[in-house]
Amino acid sequence: MRDSLKIVADWVPEHSKVLDLGCGDGQLMSHLQAKGCRGYGLEIDKACIVQAIAQGVSVIEQDLDDGLANFEDRSMDMVIMTQALQATRRPDLALAEMLRVGREAIITFPNFAHISHRVQLGLLGRMPVSKSLPYQWFDTPNIHLSTFYDFEQLCIAQNATIIERQVVSQSQLAGRIASLWPNLLGELALYRVRGQQ
Amino acid sequence: MIVTPVDLEFDQPLALARGGQLERYQLRYETYGRLNADASNAVLICHALSGDHHAAGLHHPDDKKPGWWDHYIGPGKAIDSDKFFIVSLNNLGGCAGSTGPTSLNPQTGQQWGPDFPDLTVPDWVNAQARLADHLGIDCWAAVVGGSLGGMQALQWSIQLPQRIRHCVVIAAAPKLSTQNIAFNEIARQAIQRDPDYFNGHYQAQGTLPAGGLGLARMVGHVTYLSDQGLGSKFGRQRQADDQDLFQIESYLRYQAEQFTQRFDANTYILMTKALDWFDPAGAQPLDQVLAQAECHFHVISFSSDWRFSPERSVEIVDALIKAEQGVSYTCVETDHGHDGFLLPNEHYQASLGAYMNWIEVS
Repeated sequence: MRDSLKIVADWVPEHSKVLDLGCGDGQLMSHLQAKGCRGYGLEIDKACIVQAIAQGVSVIEQDLDDGLANFEDRSMDMVIMTQALQATRRPDLALAEMLRVGREAIITFPNFAHISHRVQLGLLGRMPVSKSLPYQWFDTPNIHLSTFYDFEQLCIAQNATIIERQVVSQSQLAGRIASLWPNLLGELALYRVRGQQ
Repeated sequence: MIVTPVDLEFDQPLALARGGQLERYQLRYETYGRLNADASNAVLICHALSGDHHAAGLHHPDDKKPGWWDHYIGPGKAIDSDKFFIVSLNNLGGCAGSTGPTSLNPQTGQQWGPDFPDLTVPDWVNAQARLADHLGIDCWAAVVGGSLGGMQALQWSIQLPQRIRHCVVIAAAPKLSTQNIAFNEIARQAIQRDPDYFNGHYQAQGTLPAGGLGLARMVGHVTYLSDQGLGSKFGRQRQADDQDLFQIESYLRYQAEQFTQRFDANTYILMTKALDWFDPAGAQPLDQVLAQAECHFHVISFSSDWRFSPERSVEIVDALIKAEQGVSYTCVETDHGHDGFLLPNEHYQASLGAYMNWIEVS
């Protein structure tokens, strides 16, 4: 499992009811199910759905941009979205839905303000392409990129409390420094947030 | 795979949901694969409106066509007969070997015809459970069905929750819509208005309401296909030997003729009535009824199916989510409409195969 997914998995208490939005091949849900968690993964990629089914994940074919109307308020302990927020049509509505359905939410996304992106855009004048943002501007599914600051502003606007924040970088050393200056040096942002109770 | 159907007599009366009972009856069924020592690998296949027990394989090596779900059942296929012991029966009230309107009524010595008692999906589940008892199966690894067969699978999860571990509901709905019932009524009227119908006593008159039954099949058949699917198959092309005849006209007539040769009109009416009446939740919310289930569910829909559209499958899925039941759901992209559930499709095969493969057997 990717380092970032391990951190996410550690944030989820055993036996939680979990909703994983954009669950991919079901790796995280499958890991959480082994911890006694139960719940659903939502996905629209057909190949991923088959892989998730094969792992025994309760995967539902559902487009996140259509909202979560089929899930009741506070029906989940944890609603997770790993590296998919930036690909939603309305990240603000997606976050609001997550905070409605879950007692807590975990969101991870690539930090657009990472130094390598700043150099590419600010100095070289090109749209950034990196390990965390591997697409070209014309074919990227990442239509709503944001930074640590931006996301925290959105949380404030939605009266969401940030419980934990983690920064992930390529190397351990970079990671240690990144925690000092996340918006410049953090490649991947991991947030655990709670909505108004 | 060469298979041989088995006829099994039951002499314990079966009480029926809409009243009355069957004193004794026969079920015809086939099996594929072997039952394992603790009977944990048994899968029940439930057929749709016009289906029967012959789901897979051939009866004779020179048969032209295999069973109706041969694309999905067999060695190494999505429902793998190397792993599972698969049971497929002709439902009670059918006309392919199980007791139904074409059987003799022991009290009169005549064909039952229209006097055959009304059957419902819950009755079928009870009859299927008796077959399971006979085969030594306490609990199905899975009950699988498409269309009306999917409704039987769903009913199993509610009616006998301890006897089913996985429920696979394909191209189905939690109950029929008004439009669905309307189409069924048109089909029934086509049969009943045929002068050769004689209120269902056509056998005694030495006739068959072939015109009406054929018309019923034509209407049904069009609702099982999509506009796009029909269009790409036939377009506006004419018959080679008759420029006044569209190919679709000729096709429908052929379908009607084929169907009337193999299917009984009273059975068609009985089956469509069972469809109309299917409503496992009744006045209760569906999620409360499904909360009784103890199995894991897999629901599959087909993008161009307008008979039981993907939205109808989503109703089932959403009720299961509300009931906090385990469920996976996928929609198969296809131009084949409702009939898509019978036809080969890569994603359908892969997702159903992945689900069946995940099921644990000892």
